[in-house]
Amino acid sequence: MKGLLGLACFGALWELLPRLGVVPSQWAPPLSEVVRALGAEARERRFWDAVTDTLVTWALGLGIAVVAGIVVGVVIGAVPLLRTATASTIEFLRPIPSVALIPLAVVLYGVTITSTLILVVYASFWQVLIQVLHGVADVDPVARDTASIYRLPKVRYLYWPTALPYVATGVRLAASVALILAVTGELVIGSPGLGKQIALAQMSNAVPQMYALVLVTGLIGVAANVLARFAERRALFWHPSVRREVPA
Amino acid sequence: MSATLKRVGIWLGLPVALVTVWWFASAGSTDFFRPSLQRIVQAFRETWLGPRFVEEVLPSLARLAVGYVLAVILGVVIGVAIGLSVRTRALTEPVLEFLRAIPPPILVPVIMLFAGIENTMKVIVIVFGCIWPILLNTVEGVRATDEVLTDTCQVYGVKPLRHLVLQSASPQIMTGARQALAIGIILMVISEMVAANNGLGFTIVQFQRGFQIPEMWSGVLLLGLIGVALAGLFHLAERRVLVWYHGSRDADRR
Repeated sequence: MKGLLGLACFGALWELLPRLGVVPSQWAPPLSEVVRALGAEARERRFWDAVTDTLVTWALGLGIAVVAGIVVGVVIGAVPLLRTATASTIEFLRPIPSVALIPLAVVLYGVTITSTLILVVYASFWQVLIQVLHGVADVDPVARDTASIYRLPKVRYLYWPTALPYVATGVRLAASVALILAVTGELVIGSPGLGKQIALAQMSNAVPQMYALVLVTGLIGVAANVLARFAERRALFWHPSVRREVPA
Repeated sequence: MSATLKRVGIWLGLPVALVTVWWFASAGSTDFFRPSLQRIVQAFRETWLGPRFVEEVLPSLARLAVGYVLAVILGVVIGVAIGLSVRTRALTEPVLEFLRAIPPPILVPVIMLFAGIENTMKVIVIVFGCIWPILLNTVEGVRATDEVLTDTCQVYGVKPLRHLVLQSASPQIMTGARQALAIGIILMVISEMVAANNGLGFTIVQFQRGFQIPEMWSGVLLLGLIGVALAGLFHLAERRVLVWYHGSRDADRR
């Protein structure tokens, strides 16, 4: 309830500050103008195309990164020798800023969705991988012994349930990183999507449109967070960390 | 002795093997876009170990440092203020969630509107991107302060802010600061790629547009090295700041 009040205050400030001339309106148009620009955009075909492009790049990149991260993470995590041997390489590759790959991607793949996709996959892969590695390492010794006595398939009954909460965290982190990189790729590389539309709006000095598009990406970001949290709760309904939150 | 040797061997084994494979697999490469590693290393030496380091790399790093430090200060101050009051927290939470969800790089064109393309714009972009993980983690950390300790402080008249609140929130704050550092490096590069007249990101894009491919690869390599070096520095700083925390965690595990 109070949160809505906070949002209303934020909106009111956004409307009033430019109207009263505290903030020059060519820098930050009042909210009503941005909303009007958004309405005009929403009637355009290219706006929805851009939204679709961004969402597709985001989902595709996230999907590839999650699958690759889980597979590589379980394989590396389950074999102690592989784990120690790859630790330094992972430590080195992970902090390489994904944007460093932009020029490489452009030179090798041109101004296409593939270039942006590479950035998205690279950045979100590490988020998932690191979490999976932590998760697999967290296996309870008693559960390990039980599984080996009863000869249960290890991945299905041991690593997967232990790692799942970590995987969920990794996916949630990766989802927001993937969105950042998808839009960044579109902005800098110029592959189709919301990022490119923002760059175009800036070049043609269409300030209200630009704010409208920024607003849309923010809303997509919020939606992605909410969705990831929801999926996390669904996947982990059996886990104590989620169960505890249900009032007894 | 032999145990340390073995550890060093395991630590270095795979990276050395990978670089060796790259070196020999790319040796004599005639592909214009994928030059040999030897050529890249040579370009690296010619391009970056000279006046260019001072002209292009240092300005970038200076902007990053200023923006990052400002973001840490602002994030912690605002985060503590919000975290200490239940009412402000409820009031601001959705707004903060929204602002955090905006991918920071797309703010480059927006901030360019009023800050131009000079240093101010880049610092503002970095501050605006870095502040969210720090701020939100500070809020969470301050909120999770142990109530018994809060009461103890009150009873004994200890000033809670420095001795308790900041201290108990510091592991969370450092987590936020680590995320912010990665975002800061990204924004440093992006803001220069979109609009600049000097800096690392600008130079690499110039190489790319001029089809100076080995130089471009060497720039990518340098960015990677900077990322790794800053992450290493951060790790050292974190160990120092949180020495009490890691100590107590290790003691718990035993």
